[in-house]
Amino acid sequence: MGLSGIEIYKLLPQTNCGDCGVPTCLAFAMKLAAGQTELAKCPQVSEESKQKLDIASAPPILPVTVGKFKTGGETVLFRHEKSFVNPTGIAVLVTDKMSDAEADKRITNFRELRYERVGLVLKADLIAVKSESGDAGAFEKLVGKAKDAAGGDGGLILMADTAELLAAGLKAAADQKPLLYAATKSNAEAVAALAKENKCPVAVKGENLDEVIELTQKLTGMGLKEIVIDSGSRKLRKVFEDQVILRRAAIKKAFRPLGFPTITFPCEMSNDLMEETLIASTLIAKYGGIVVLSDLEGHSLFPLVVQRMNIFTDPQRPMATEQGIYPINNPDDNSPVLITTNFSLTYFIVSGEIEGSRIPTWLLVLDTEGLSVLTAWAAGKFAADAIGPFVKKSDIVGKIKHRSLIIPGYAASISGELEEELPDWKITIGPREAAHIPAFLKQYKAS
Amino acid sequence: MAFEAPKIDYTGKIKEITLGTGNKAVKVGGSTSYPFYLFEGQMPNPPRIAMEVFDFAPDDWAEAAVEPFKDVIGDPVAWAKKNIQEYGAEMIALQLRSIDPNGLNRSANEAAATAKRVIDAVDVPVILWGVANHEKDTEVLRLIAESCEGKNLALGPVEEEDYKQIGASAIAYKHTVIASSPIDINLAKQLNILLDNLGVPGNKIIVDPTTGALGYGLEYTYSVMERDRMAALTQEDEKLQYPLICNVGYEVWKTKEAKMKTGDDIKFGDSKKRGIIMECVTAMSLLLAGADILIMRHPESIKLIRKMITDLAS
Ligand code: SF4
Repeated sequence: MGLSGIEIYKLLPQTNCGDCGVPTCLAFAMKLAAGQTELAKCPQVSEESKQKLDIASAPPILPVTVGKFKTGGETVLFRHEKSFVNPTGIAVLVTDKMSDAEADKRITNFRELRYERVGLVLKADLIAVKSESGDAGAFEKLVGKAKDAAGGDGGLILMADTAELLAAGLKAAADQKPLLYAATKSNAEAVAALAKENKCPVAVKGENLDEVIELTQKLTGMGLKEIVIDSGSRKLRKVFEDQVILRRAAIKKAFRPLGFPTITFPCEMSNDLMEETLIASTLIAKYGGIVVLSDLEGHSLFPLVVQRMNIFTDPQRPMATEQGIYPINNPDDNSPVLITTNFSLTYFIVSGEIEGSRIPTWLLVLDTEGLSVLTAWAAGKFAADAIGPFVKKSDIVGKIKHRSLIIPGYAASISGELEEELPDWKITIGPREAAHIPAFLKQYKAS
Repeated sequence: MAFEAPKIDYTGKIKEITLGTGNKAVKVGGSTSYPFYLFEGQMPNPPRIAMEVFDFAPDDWAEAAVEPFKDVIGDPVAWAKKNIQEYGAEMIALQLRSIDPNGLNRSANEAAATAKRVIDAVDVPVILWGVANHEKDTEVLRLIAESCEGKNLALGPVEEEDYKQIGASAIAYKHTVIASSPIDINLAKQLNILLDNLGVPGNKIIVDPTTGALGYGLEYTYSVMERDRMAALTQEDEKLQYPLICNVGYEVWKTKEAKMKTGDDIKFGDSKKRGIIMECVTAMSLLLAGADILIMRHPESIKLIRKMITDLAS
């Protein structure tokens, strides 16, 4: 990343042959530096230069794929600079010392705890299967059990102390390219060889960052690229510090030996699931690639996946809900009809208040390009000439007997024009704040 | 060769602000690095938590949030005392929700009298939080400021539309203001400048970036706070070097998901734990973005967050 045009030029043949479609090598180098072309367009470049340029143009934190799960690839330190790339992976731990019931419960929860929000499915991503007993057969069996649940749209992590045990686990799931955890000072060669042979990503675990650097250098020297880092500590302050330093060294200093995603273990940092969840939330905000939890419960996973969605959304683009008719609390043909904009936050708050009121209601959501009521109204996107056609074209008239429409208080000034657009309708001005919707609905009668 | 961690050269520092008076006064701010980046800076005053009290008996709270207070709800004085004695509150945040014109609409006089009774009954710092109705807030906060002169209360939210009135009361009766702006760094800065021009001393301002709860705009608050700290600490933007306060409990516990009962949807698990974790995850995120004061509701949430602050700082 970040080679200048001149630096790239030095690696090109400098013959100005023009095969790339650009008259000179320098012009080509400039385009390449600006990201406007790709190296493959120059047929003349030497293999050696190509390799150098490939390495230099890889993202500062290399992407790693574990089954269907992706991590790494990050390019910034703060989400307001540019959106983060791959959301922190949430993993649940199962071990061969757990009872069948305990392991089964975790696997079932992994599969079933899924939440839909703004068109996204929020869920855990990985099952970490750990050999605690050291029994190869038991490990293989447990991996086999976790495999189907993790395989669909997630991934597996195999955790064991030796390459032999990891190989036993791999027998059950090599096709899923699980993450092998972990190559340490004592077993790095064997574990790395196993990862290479099976084309699996591999985690390194060092006692500290110096040891991590030694290990990643050793592994990259053996030709491995898909590496994940465990910096060793299980104390929150230290783990947090390591995450920040790793990310900063990779992004600000292009320091390759630390340019990999991380794996962290809240499950080994507390015995209380609530506390573990808060440790995980810290590491979701600050640079954890994967967080491994001891258990998944609806009340702990839901807040975590929502936080992760919040942190990893594109900071530039307002999130939008789909335009359409939303029935809330089982409305019928007498129920009131409200309209609002499709800014997700607006939709959530308005629909939440209506739901809380327990009053059956139809909510119309107009596409305002993700703007809130006030901004959309100011920008002319929540206007009579947009609402009128939308209401007419939507099939809301087929669902209700009355013709009454409630508009947000902030858009009160459009009511006159809207009456012209929708001559058969009665337009009522609703409250400005969503919090006042329940009180409003309680005394409202559609006519 | 040992690896040398790349460090940031911070050029700015967050101002230290004291709330309250006497030996229970609370000092916040003073940081010289990003939140909890203690390997390259100091956080002389770790973030503090103010415990919420409502000035009337709320009727729409989740059961889990009512439960710890059920013997004191409706009696703000007893409620505040319980928070201090039983739950170790270091500060009280009195939410003046009773004055909401769309709700109970209590008169300014009545609400101010209740607030004074609470303030007189406790020795910890008190934060007064209005309803963002400028007329009502101005009236109530002026009465409280006057009747509690010199207590160094924190008065908020102070917005562009009412900063002159509330700011003047704060100056006259020696209180601190909570400068509140709608999730926008430029507006935050502008309001701080206006307060400065009005004559509010630099050590009497706390900034409220406007809090979005988990799933309800948390990311906007998070990023505006990160940008705020970046400007304050690395770009020497003096007008942003104030401690940040987040009204967490109120925003989280009013969401649909915090109010859902156990069994409404089995995938959402236990209602009480969910509410507590939602409050805590919001608090945690905002601590990492730079919050110096969190206003929180559930005693168990507060306990957990205190533990996390300790673990991150030691
Ligand atoms: S094809 Fe390659 S060698 Fe030829 S001009 Fe383009 S960059 Fe230069």
